[in-house]
Order: sequence, then C-alpha cells, then structure tokens
Amino acid sequence: MSNLHADTVAYVRDTMLEQREPPLSTVGILGWGKKNLFTGPFNTIVTILCTVFVAYVLWMLLPWFISPTWQAASLYECQGILRELGRDGGHFGGACWGVIRDRWVQLLAGFYPSDLYWRPLLALALLGVAIAPVLFTRLPRKLVWFTAVYPVVFPWLLWGGAVWVPLLVIAGVMLSVFVYKLVGRFSSPLFGIIAGVLFAVFWFTWATGAISTTIDRVVGSARIESVLAETDAQIAELTAESVALEAEIDATEARILEIISSVSEPEGAGDGAYLDAIQRAAPDRAILADLRDELFVVGGELGRLRALKRQIDDLPAQISMLPDLEEEAIELRQALPDSVKDVHSEVAMDTLQAQILQGDIDVPTEDLNALKKTLAAEKNVADTERAIRSTYNDVARIGLEPVSSRRFGGMLVSITIGVVAIACSLPLGIVLALGRQSDLLIVKSLCVGFIELMRGVPLITLLFVASTLLNVFLPPGTNFDIILRVIIMATLFASAYMAEVIRGGLAALSKGQYEGADSLGLNYWQAQRLIIMPQALKISIPGIVSTFIGLFKDTTLVSVIGILDPLGLSTSIRSDQAWNGVVWELYGFIALLFFICCFSMSRYSMYLERKLQTGHR
Amino acid sequence: MATTVSEPPKAGFRLSMLIYDTRYRSMTIQVVALIGFLILIGFLVSNTIQNLNELGKDVSFDFLEEPAGYDINQTLLDYNNQHSHLRAAVIGLLNTLLVAFLGCITATIIGVIVGVARLSNNWLVARLMTIYVEMFRNVPVLLWIVFAMAILIETLPSPRDFKSGEATMSLFGSTAFANQGIFIPRLMATPYAWLLLLVFLVCVAAVIYIRKRALKVQANTGRLPKTGLISLVTLVVPVCVVFLGLSALSRSNTQVMIAAGLDQPVTAAVAAEELGSFDLCYPSGSASSLAARQFLEAAEIKYRRQDYFSKDAARRNFIRGRCDVLVVDQSSASATLAALSEEMRDGTKLTVLADDFSEGNAVRVEYPRITETGIPRFEGGTVLRNSLLALWLALSLYTAAFIAEIVRAGILAISAGQTEAASALGLRPKRIMSLVVLPQALRVIIPPLISQYLNLTKNSSLAIAVGYMDLTGTLMGITLNQTGKELETLMIGMLIYLLISLSISAGMNWYNNRVKLVER
Amino acid sequence: MKKSVFFSALTVAGLAATASAAATLDDVKARGTLNCGVATGVPGFAAPNASGEWEGFDVAVCRAVATAVLGDPMAVEFVPTTGKTRFTALASGEIDVLARNTTWTFSRDVDLKFTFIGVNYYDGQGFMVPKELGVSSAKELDGATVCIQTGTTTELNLADFFRVNNLSYEPVPIETNSEAQQQYLAGACDVYTTDASGLAATRSTFENAADHVILPEIISKEPLGPLVRHGDDEWGDVVRWSFYAMVAAEEYGVTSANVGEMSATAGDNPEVNRLLGTEGNLGEMLGLDADFAKKIIENVGNYGEVFAANIGESTPIGLARGLNAQYTEGGLIYAPPFR
Repeated sequence: MSNLHADTVAYVRDTMLEQREPPLSTVGILGWGKKNLFTGPFNTIVTILCTVFVAYVLWMLLPWFISPTWQAASLYECQGILRELGRDGGHFGGACWGVIRDRWVQLLAGFYPSDLYWRPLLALALLGVAIAPVLFTRLPRKLVWFTAVYPVVFPWLLWGGAVWVPLLVIAGVMLSVFVYKLVGRFSSPLFGIIAGVLFAVFWFTWATGAISTTIDRVVGSARIESVLAETDAQIAELTAESVALEAEIDATEARILEIISSVSEPEGAGDGAYLDAIQRAAPDRAILADLRDELFVVGGELGRLRALKRQIDDLPAQISMLPDLEEEAIELRQALPDSVKDVHSEVAMDTLQAQILQGDIDVPTEDLNALKKTLAAEKNVADTERAIRSTYNDVARIGLEPVSSRRFGGMLVSITIGVVAIACSLPLGIVLALGRQSDLLIVKSLCVGFIELMRGVPLITLLFVASTLLNVFLPPGTNFDIILRVIIMATLFASAYMAEVIRGGLAALSKGQYEGADSLGLNYWQAQRLIIMPQALKISIPGIVSTFIGLFKDTTLVSVIGILDPLGLSTSIRSDQAWNGVVWELYGFIALLFFICCFSMSRYSMYLERKLQTGHR
Repeated sequence: MATTVSEPPKAGFRLSMLIYDTRYRSMTIQVVALIGFLILIGFLVSNTIQNLNELGKDVSFDFLEEPAGYDINQTLLDYNNQHSHLRAAVIGLLNTLLVAFLGCITATIIGVIVGVARLSNNWLVARLMTIYVEMFRNVPVLLWIVFAMAILIETLPSPRDFKSGEATMSLFGSTAFANQGIFIPRLMATPYAWLLLLVFLVCVAAVIYIRKRALKVQANTGRLPKTGLISLVTLVVPVCVVFLGLSALSRSNTQVMIAAGLDQPVTAAVAAEELGSFDLCYPSGSASSLAARQFLEAAEIKYRRQDYFSKDAARRNFIRGRCDVLVVDQSSASATLAALSEEMRDGTKLTVLADDFSEGNAVRVEYPRITETGIPRFEGGTVLRNSLLALWLALSLYTAAFIAEIVRAGILAISAGQTEAASALGLRPKRIMSLVVLPQALRVIIPPLISQYLNLTKNSSLAIAVGYMDLTGTLMGITLNQTGKELETLMIGMLIYLLISLSISAGMNWYNNRVKLVER
Repeated sequence: MKKSVFFSALTVAGLAATASAAATLDDVKARGTLNCGVATGVPGFAAPNASGEWEGFDVAVCRAVATAVLGDPMAVEFVPTTGKTRFTALASGEIDVLARNTTWTFSRDVDLKFTFIGVNYYDGQGFMVPKELGVSSAKELDGATVCIQTGTTTELNLADFFRVNNLSYEPVPIETNSEAQQQYLAGACDVYTTDASGLAATRSTFENAADHVILPEIISKEPLGPLVRHGDDEWGDVVRWSFYAMVAAEEYGVTSANVGEMSATAGDNPEVNRLLGTEGNLGEMLGLDADFAKKIIENVGNYGEVFAANIGESTPIGLARGLNAQYTEGGLIYAPPFR
C-alpha cells in the first residue's frame, strides 16, 4: 500500500513515534488517587470526610498509646510517670502498660505451673502438625496416623498423668476396631458394630481402670524404695532452696524500696527523676518477680513431695490394716438382720430412713445402728483401698506431672475449651447430620429436635446449666470439675452447628455421587465412608473453621460463670490493689489476642475455600 | 441355572428378618433408637429426682407468685419490687425483645450500608469498611459490649456536670446525653388522645391507597397522576382538626388535686406548708400531670414528684400513702373522693384543694431537665439507660459486620450481566443498585440474614455483663439467686428463648418463601 | 459402682471425680489438696497475684484449714466462684469449703442446707457518696442512682431500705466490684452500696479518697463466714476449730513469731498449752495432728496478723478492727474455749 502511493503522497512518516508517557494525572500516586479517591464531587467529599475521621481518631488515640509506662509496677506509678510528663493522670492521660508487662503471662497461661509451660506450647505446636495432613495434600499420608493419635496426646500433654493411660485408650480403640472386623467377618457387619461398641464400653468402663491399677501396683511396689529416697533428698534440697529464695526476696525488696523511696511524689515536675527511678528499679523488680515465681513453684513442689512422703509413710500400715478391716466389714455384713440386709449404700439407707419416718416400713433401731456400723466399716475399707491405690498411682507414675484443670486460665482455657469442644463435636455433628438426612422418621425427629434445641438457646444458658445443673442430671456422686462441664455443654452446643455445616456439605454433593455409590453395590455405611463423607467434609472445612472461630470467641462467656478466661482474669487483676482501676489496657490487650487468633484463622479459611473450590469444581 | 426362576421369598416372618431384611431393619433401628432415647431421658430424670431429694429440694413453680423484692431500672410495664417474680420475668422478656428488635433494625441498616460501601470504588471508603468488618468480626461480642459500656460511662458527662454547667443539653435543649443514659422528651397525652393516633393511622392508610391507585392509573395509561398535594392534605388536615377538637375539650377540662391528711379545703400553697412534704402522684405520660406540674411551678410551690407508670398505679400508691396529692378531673372529683375515702384503710382525711387548672392541649411534650434541689438527676421525659444503649450499640455493630459480609456476598452473587443490561437501559448507578441488583441479591441474602437475627437475639442474653435487666438478668439472674430454684428458672428461661428463636425463624422463613424465586 | 465407671473414663483427661456427702476429711487427706471456693476477685479478701498465687483475708481461712489437715498452707486448690455458682459448687462437692464473703442467713443455713462454721468478718451494708453531693445521711438519697452488686443480699436490703423510707431510686446492677468502681467514679451512679468493708477497700484505691464519704447508716447485718455442707459434722468441726485456733491465738498473744518458742515446752497457761498441743489431745479428737493449731499459727498467723496483713490499717485497704476486734477489746470476735 505504501509502495503504491509512495510517489503520490507528499509525506509519509517512516519512523514510529516514540511511545509517550501517559498523562501525569493518570499514573503514579496522582493517577491512582484520581481513579480511586476523587472520581467525582461526591466521592471527593466522602474521601475528605473519611480522611478527617481517620486523622481525628488517630489524633485521639496515639498520644494515649504512646506512654512510657511499661516499667511501672502499679497504677499509682503509672499516674506518677504521666503527671511527671505533665499529662493528666487519669484514664485519658495515657495508657498504663505496666499491667500488661506484669500480667501478660497470666493472661495467656492462667495459673498453669510456670515450669511446665512447654507442655501447652508443645500441644499447640503438635496441633498444627496434626491438622496439616488434612489441609495440605502434598504432605506424606503417613502423617494421618499422627492426626488419629493426637486427640489422646492433647489432653495427656495438658493434664498430664501416667504414660500408660493414653496408651490404654489407643489400645482400646484399636482393639474395638479389631473386634468389629473379626465379628463382622464371621457374621453381619451390624453384629460387628454392636460387638465393637460393646467391647469399647467394656474396655473403657472397666478394663482400663483395672489394668492401670495393676500396672500402678506392680510398678509402684518396684519403685517405692527409690522414690522414697529421691523424695527425701528433694525435700531437703528444696527446703534449703526456699529458705535461700526468701532471703534473696527480702534483700531485693529492700533494694527496690530504697530506689523508689529516694524520689518524692512528683507533681508534673518534668525533670524525669521519677521515671528514671522506676527504670532503675525495673531490673530488680524483674528479678523479684522471677524470685517470687520460683518460690511459688518451689513451694508447690515441696508441698507435693511432702504429701507424697506422707502417703508412702502411711502405706505399710494401710496395707497391713486392710485385711483386718475387710474381715470386720464382712463379719458385720453377715451379722446384719434380714430387715436391712439388702441396703448397700448410704443413699439407700437415706431412702430407708425416709420410709421409716413415713411409717411404710418398721425396722428396729438396733438393726439400723448395726447397718450404720456396717456401712461405716465398708466405707472405711473403700477409703483405705482408695488411699492405697492413689499412693501406688503417685509412686508409679512414669509420665507427666498431673495438672488439675483449675489451674487453667487465660487464653489457655479459651483454646482448650475451643479445641476440645470442636474436636469432640465433629463426630457428633456427623452423626447428627446423617440422622437429619435419614429417612427414618424417629431418628430424624430426634436429631432435628436436638439440633433446634441447641441452636435455639443462647450459649450462656447452657453455661448456666453446666455450672448449676449438670451435676444434678448425672448419677449421684459424680462430679466433674467446672471446666470439663463447660466442655461438655460447649461440645453439645457446637455439635448442633457442626451438624448444620456438614448437612450443607452433604447437600452440596450431586445426587450422582449417591447413585454412583449405589451402583457399585456399596451399602449405606460403605458409601458414606468411602464416597460421601470425604467429599462432604472437604467442602465443609471452611464452615468448620468458622464454627470454630465462633466457638472460640464465645468461650469468653465462661467468665460469667466464674472461670478465669482472659476476660474473667481481667476482673481478678483489677482486684489486685496495684491495678485497681485499669480498664482499657486490659480489654485492648485481650481484644488484640482474640483478633490475632481469629483474623488469621478466618484468612486461612478463605484461602482454603479458594483452594478447595478449584480442586473440586 | 438359566431356566430356573428364583423362588419368591417365602411368606411369613422370621425374627432374623428384623436384622437382615432392609424392609424391617429400618424399623428395628428406629425402635432401638427410640428405646435408647427413652432410657437416656429416664436416666436423667431419675438422677435428677434422686439428686434433688438428696439436696432436699423439690420442683415447684410457686416461687413465681412470690414478691420479687428487687427493682429494675428500665421497664416497659408497671413494676416495683412488690410485684411477683413472674412479673419480673415478663419485664425481663420484654426487655430482651426490645433490645433484639432495636438491634435487628439498626444492624440491618448499618450492615447494608457497610456491605454496599465495601464494594465502593472509593479506595479509602472500601478500606475503612473492611477494617470495620474485620475488627468487629474477630473480637468476641462480650468484649465489645463491655467496651461500649466503658466508653459510654467514661466519655459522656454525668448529671452533676449538667448541673454545674460543664455540660449542656443537646438538640435544642431537648435531649441530654449523659453517662447514666440518654434522656429524651416524651409525649404527654390526655385519655382520649388515642383517637389522634387512630385518625393518623387511617390517614396513612388512605395515603397508601391513593398512591396505589395512582400506580394503577400509571400502569393502565402510562401517565402518573400527581398525588402529592392530595396526600399531604389527607395526612395533615384530619389530624389537625382532631387535635384542635380534642385540645378544645381538654382545655376546658378543669383539674383539681385531692390531698391526704388535711382537715379543710385550702389552696395548694397552704397545703404544701401544712403538709411539709408535698408529694405529687405523677402518672407518666399523662397530660394532666404535666399541667399540675406547670401549675405548681408557676405558683412557686415546693413539691416532690413521685413517678408512676400509669394512673392506676398512681392511685394505688396514693391509697397506700406513698404520695400525698392526686390530680383528678373536677367533674368527677367528688365521686373519686368518696371512692378513695372508702379505700383508705387508716381513715386518713381527704380533701379537694381549692385551686384548679386546665388540662391543656391534648398532646404535649415533656422535656427532661436537671433537678434543682437534691441529688442532680434528670426528671421528666424518657430515659434509655446506658446499659440498654451499650448493649444495643455493641450488638448492632457486631451483627452489622456479619450482615455486611452477607450483603456483599449477595451483591457479588448477582452476575455482572444484570448490571450491564441495566446500564444499557440507561439507568443510573444508584437506581441500578436499588431496582436491579438489591432486589435480586435479597433472595441470596435473606436466609443467612435470618440466622444473624437469631444470633443477635441470643447474644442479647449477654446483657448480664452490663446489668441490663433482660430475661437472663431477671429470671435466670436475680430470681435464680434469691430463690435458689436453678432447675425451674433455667428450664423456663431456655424454653422462652427456644420459642423466640423458633418463631423468628418461622416468621422469616415464611417471608423467605414469599420472595423466593419459583423454580421449576 | 457408677462412680468408677466415670472415673476410669475420665482418667484420660486426668480428672478425678470424687464427692461424697460424708467423710470430707478423709477425701481431703486422700486427695492431698483442699478445694476451697473463693471470689473471682475482691480486693483484700481474695485475688491472685502475678505469680498466680491467691492472697487475701478469705484465702487465709483456706490456708489455715489446709495447714491443719495437710500440714501445708500451699496445698489448696482455689476455685473461683460467682454469686450464682458458689452454692452449687459447695452442694455438689466440687469444693470442700466456701470462703467467699458469704452472709450467714437463716435460709442459707436451713433451706440451702449449709453449715456456717463461724464469722470471720462482721460487716454491714453501707453507702458511699461523693462529697460534692452534700449528702450526710442515707435518708437524703431521694432520687439517687445507686450501683449495686447483683447476686447478693445487697439488692434486697436496698429495695427494703428505700421502700420503708419512701424514697425513690434508680438501681444500676453491676456484676463485679471493679465495674461498680468504674461507674461510680465516672458519676454514672451517685451512690455505691455494698458491704462497708468493700466500700472502704474501694475508697482506699481512689486517687482522691478524701472526696468520698461513707454514710453513717449501715442498713443490714452481714456476718460473713466460711461454710461447709450440712451433714458432715467432723469436717465442719475441723474447719470451725482451724478458724477458732487463729482467733484464740490472738486472744492469748500467740503469734507466728513466738509460736515456736511457746510450743517448745508447756507453759503456764493451760488453755494455750491445749491450743498448741503441748497438753491434752484436742488435735486427735478432730482427727488431726496434736500440733495443728501451732502449724496454722506458724504458717498463716493468728487472726489479728491475718487481718493486719490483708485488710488492716497498714494495708491500702485500711480497715479498722471495729466490730472485728477481740471481745476483750470491745469487738465481737470471740473463740469458744479450747477445752
């Protein structure tokens, strides 16, 4: 073309124009601003308003945040520092960060023994390892075995105890599966399930107790001498240590007092002497806090060892006494008159007495007295047996030092309740979801009723039930501690939500999957196990994560029933004279903790959602 | 083999068919499940009975009739500490419903605005909204509630500041934002003022009808008739006429005061001096009490007002001697006097005071104001206590963050083609949103929205953290503590919450079914 | 046998399930720790410090009992309880003794079936107001907004007081002391009412304590004391006499400083000798060591020392002994004879 007209056209451009820079107003910050912030008059106004708002908020908050009070040891000192800087000493003058320095460990771990912090940390780290194979397909499949074992490892790490307890639990599960397979092979699978369940019931209600008692006794008698010697040595050592610690604490306290009392109360002096004194006292205070922690640990350990020593000392007498006591109890029982022969417990005796009072039955008073004597003797036997058992248990314990759940607090309690409740609610939720989907009318209505009940009432009422009523529903004499009761109710609560999440996953599967399973000749459970559940659960993972986040946030409600979660602890901390009146710093720190946990989890679940979507559709 | 036809199964039932035959197996499983369930229930019930026996408690609901003994500071019905526990529970229930209702409305409004704003092409707005949503979604609601309470308490001025002049009333002197709560004006009406409301409602209905007619005409002819003026007239004129008529009546309605403990009829000024304490029975919301107040203030008589929920309550307390002066119509004064004298058990003498005054307009506004004497506090008007405000604020902001996400997801679920088609038709972006996108998005939005409403209602039980007396605070709180009836109170409370939840979800599901696309 | 079923099922979680109506003493000895119910946080009475160690006046009672039974003041598991959960926790056997500023009332003793083992603090409900209100008597509190702690007898007393005096008020129910303090200081309530000890403790932490007055009216009797379950009298005796050992020690001038010396040999005062176990067998009668009282005084201190260390005038709480002085000094604190 150009050739054709080459001579007829006066001018032909033979070089390309240099590519020009885009106009300055469309690139760089300016361009970006024009496109995103100032598209029109309305948008411009909105942008300006927003900027003013942000600036105002920062203007209000930043001076409060920036406050050199990290080293203060009480609210009083914080106010002193702030006044010295010429600021208002009240709530708005500046934050009192000293409370966070003093109590952050407590807000995280509660009253968990400080020398055992590695255990919850390890449990959390292992939690990551256990979830990994579910989330990352590229990891070696063998890791799934660890995931399967983890539900037993987690409580063992947190609560401690002898090493064979988790082993027995694992053995129980494996044996139950074995029984199921064995029976299932020789008769129908249904019988297999029934046999497996029966075996599991037998194992966990009776066999574990008997086996661990036997192990305790065998190991205990072998170790008793060495443990006693060791305990004696440790008691001597720790006693010396605690005396030394006390002396050191007194010395440190005197040093601190000297430094602090060297400056008088400042009234906006501005010369920095007060702040300086507090900073000079800070290393000593840190030492003092460490010493006190150490003394607390030593004191606790000492008490434990002394109790152990006393138990061991009592043991021979108890063992030698036991046969006599038993004989006496049996004799008394045999001598009982017929009228009261069948009464075996105090509860039954109370009932009997009530009947006598009402005049339904007539029992002579001497018979009743004999019965009382018998019951007392029997109780004595049981108590002695229990004491012997518990001593052997303590002596024989190879494993972790037990930590009672009353020592849980702060974030640890939130995480424990959240993780355990979600883990337990998953199988329950699957069962409920299947029940709700099923054609069996009664099963379906039971499941629907349970789910609607749990979803229809606020969690706090369930926590009230846990704190005041649950013991009433259980057999007389059983008594879980409050954390366990809360976990039970939280599990029931979460399982209803979990069931709805999984039901959503089941509904998302195409009908072809069910038909495909049928056409392969799989029965209901095989189809569920091999085809339906793996897909449904995979789709449900984001939902499960958000249920977990919800439950994790809801664990703050336990502060209402007196459990010292972070929010409950904040009340306790404010009851300390040093920190009475601190509000925002504690709430802010707790909010930050929750935000970090929940935000990262929700972001991760969004990432998963995207990943799973491409994998699935 | 090929020729033999397998025998049909022999008729007759064998026991093993219960397990092996799929027809019967489902029955077996169901029966087993039912038996298991019944055993579980029986187990729990028998344990409960045994445990309660041991604790020496019995299950009885008699405590509901006993006097509660405690006071509640925010009530929707007449209540004092001599009312029963049942009444206290009802007050609590109404408070729960109140905060849930208010919360749902504000959460929806904020949520929709934020959800749309998150999709704004203004970068700053979108970012700010994202921060808001993430901040609220990832921190426990209980923390937000205590936070909101702390902010209200610490930042707003106290009534003392209002008295000393450090703080002033807002909104043209009508409203006080104080750290005890927000004090707003309230309407004071005569007994016949409900007529006004009725007329107003009829007028609104008429306007709606006019508008519908107009739309019908538009549909038929394509021309929208102008209805603005007619609507305005329909709305305003009848109401004004009725108001003027009622006011004329009430202004000619003279009021007098009946005082207790005086020997002869004297004027109010003399009575105040003689009685020493001049406690005015003050039924809230009644125009006559406002009139009496204005009369007393004009005459510079020192009095103390005792607020009561209704005229009946005021009368009851007058008889009990808790207040000294009752305002009545002059026309019925002698009859009331006779009736009251009969009811006064201790034979206190009653007299009609010599002064009279008119009832004033049919509907008037009473503004809150700080008291001159005694402990500084706001008198008159209505109060929203800061416990209610904190709960309301925190719940709406928290739930709104979730609703915003639902709205955003709903809008994103509408395909871009819809927006493009709408703009091809020449619709402006605002109208595209309100006419095309939102109506369709609504179908996606409603089901999760229902569950957010349910969550909000259930979360309102956290009122206990800020001392708002809802169902958890009254029935499952103080009543439980004072009576020790854990089983009964918790069961009733849970049942009520369950009923509320079920009815909300039933109502919203009905609505959802109505707007749902009818699919093939 | 059901107990063992649950027991073994729960060993997994390392949780023991033990409770029985009787023989709490044996249970505590077998367990090696005392489960003691305390408040979640009341300044001076019970609060955990930074190491997680509980401190306070009520806490000292727990430590005394633990010392008497187990010989170790640290062998206590503290169970924080709220106003709502405390009685259930005690009734269900979750705790062995409740030492949570609980008022001894007829219905709690008789209807709820608890045994109050004594009074460790005589208290009464009072009012605190800012000075600037110019109020000098509770009768002038007409129309006041009053902060009250819920879950206690306080709100009933308050309602009664205002009703009897024909005054109006606005109640502001509060869950914890620290929240009440916050509302009161910000002026969201004009008056704070709770036990007088609590008022004094709260006031002591204010920056300008002098700007607040505690009104002279005390509108109720609040004898606060530790309590145990009905029906286990041996255990009740142990707690009762562990507490009275501290009281008697103060009366006879036995302190943690001189108890070692005084118990080395039997002295002139037979009552002191019986108390410290150098004479007679009082400890054995309780099922405890003969020198249980000596150990308590050595490790925890006598009543006066505990009072002075936790809530006394030298502490920030700064409570005077008042009604809680020994009867010899005009108070109500009085231990039955150790005989």
